[in-house]
Amino acid sequence: MNPPHAAPALLTATDVHKTYGSTPALDGAGFTIRAGEIVAVMGPSGSGKSTLLHCLSGIVPPDSGTIHYAGHDLGALSDAERSALRRTDFGFVFQFGQLVPELTCTENVALPLRLTGVPRKEAERRATEWLTRLEVQDVRHHRPGQISGGQGQRVAVARALVNDPRVLFADEPTGALDSLNGERVMQLLVAAAQETGTAVVLVTHESRVAAYSHREVVVRDGRARDMAGAA
Amino acid sequence: MHSSYTRGVYLMCIVLRMSISHTLLGLLEAGPRHGYDLKRAFDSHFGQDRALHYGQVYSTMSRLLKNGLVEVDAVEPGGGPERKRYAITDAGVTDVAAWLARPEKPEPYLQSLLYTKVVLALLTHRDADALLDVQRAEHLRLMRELTVRKTGGDLADQLICDHALFHLEADLRWLELTAARLDRLASEIRP
Ligand SMILES: Nc1ncnc2c1ncn2[C@@H]1O[C@H](COP(=O)(O)OP(=O)(O)OP(=O)(O)O)[C@@H](O)[C@H]1O
Ligand SMILES: [Mg+2]
Repeated sequence: MNPPHAAPALLTATDVHKTYGSTPALDGAGFTIRAGEIVAVMGPSGSGKSTLLHCLSGIVPPDSGTIHYAGHDLGALSDAERSALRRTDFGFVFQFGQLVPELTCTENVALPLRLTGVPRKEAERRATEWLTRLEVQDVRHHRPGQISGGQGQRVAVARALVNDPRVLFADEPTGALDSLNGERVMQLLVAAAQETGTAVVLVTHESRVAAYSHREVVVRDGRARDMAGAA
Repeated sequence: MHSSYTRGVYLMCIVLRMSISHTLLGLLEAGPRHGYDLKRAFDSHFGQDRALHYGQVYSTMSRLLKNGLVEVDAVEPGGGPERKRYAITDAGVTDVAAWLARPEKPEPYLQSLLYTKVVLALLTHRDADALLDVQRAEHLRLMRELTVRKTGGDLADQLICDHALFHLEADLRWLELTAARLDRLASEIRP
């Protein structure tokens, strides 16, 4: 787990503001992550962690401020360009409810590849590889309703990493799991991300999960604070 | 097993003694006090499970005097140690500031020391939030180290590291909860 200090910034948010109705969710937030870096985003409930992740990944446009990703200004891209970028360059893992219930685990993991035009057989072969890597190859023919929460999270991590994203966004990826399963999912996630050089934005309120990161950022009242400066 | 327990208790005594001199110094920063007055202030803020003896106050004061961190700013007629009024010196203020800003090495028995630091930061109008943030970063740094060791280790390593990690996690929760309650604590200790 060596932090890639020398790598240039891959994704940067500058002075981002986002208000929902009269609630200021982000109030001048800044954030930077380098290629291959794992950054934990921590902070109290309602402080703006998920909103920051949504802005960083181009899911939600900020009211003001900029997001730069690998030379692109996300705000200057069209909706179609932003969606395309999300499909090819970003992966997502959430707390729960993210697998398509009608599809088998293999089909779920193959889905991101199918959406970018990879032929079915090739997509399912790569999906099976990822399921094996996350130690859930045994349930590959099951549907999400027929597997445990911990297995479901591993399938979700496989799906998020199958198209070799440059940034993985994970919002409380172990929030619904017990300690042992949460640990295992984190170990597999971190090992896979480090091997592929994927940067990880890891939103969590659990310090034991954050301890898998290289560095943490604390969000308070919509402002992000880099804790490397505090120590 | 036995010797490591003994070492733990011994360490705790050192930590407490060191923190008593810093604590008394911090209390003096709010204004000069007589020895008995210092003891009363200490006991009311921190004496729940360890009231001070007068002897500890006077031996600590004489050490602080020798080191130039306090001075005697008034002596009432009659003589005797209980007649002296102590004041903090500039060197003493610097010493308190450095102590409050320095994170503690995460280890068992830390909570009362951290509580003392938070209260003193509030009493001396320093940034208690920053103190908690620095400590939080220090705890997480150690948790990161243990996690790396655990990930590369055998089952014994994993179990030993996990034990430490769960304890550090508990400390961190306390730090977070305390950060969220700072305003209330401030209004209770300096009404
Ligand atoms: N879609 C939305 N519509 C309205 N308000 C929202 C929306 N999303 C977030 N908010 C508000 O913005 C603030 C920040 O929310 P956010 O979800 O970013 O917090 P969080 O740090 O992720 O919290 P948690 O740890 O509970 O997940 C909250 O006050 C929340 O109520
Ligand atoms: Mg959230």
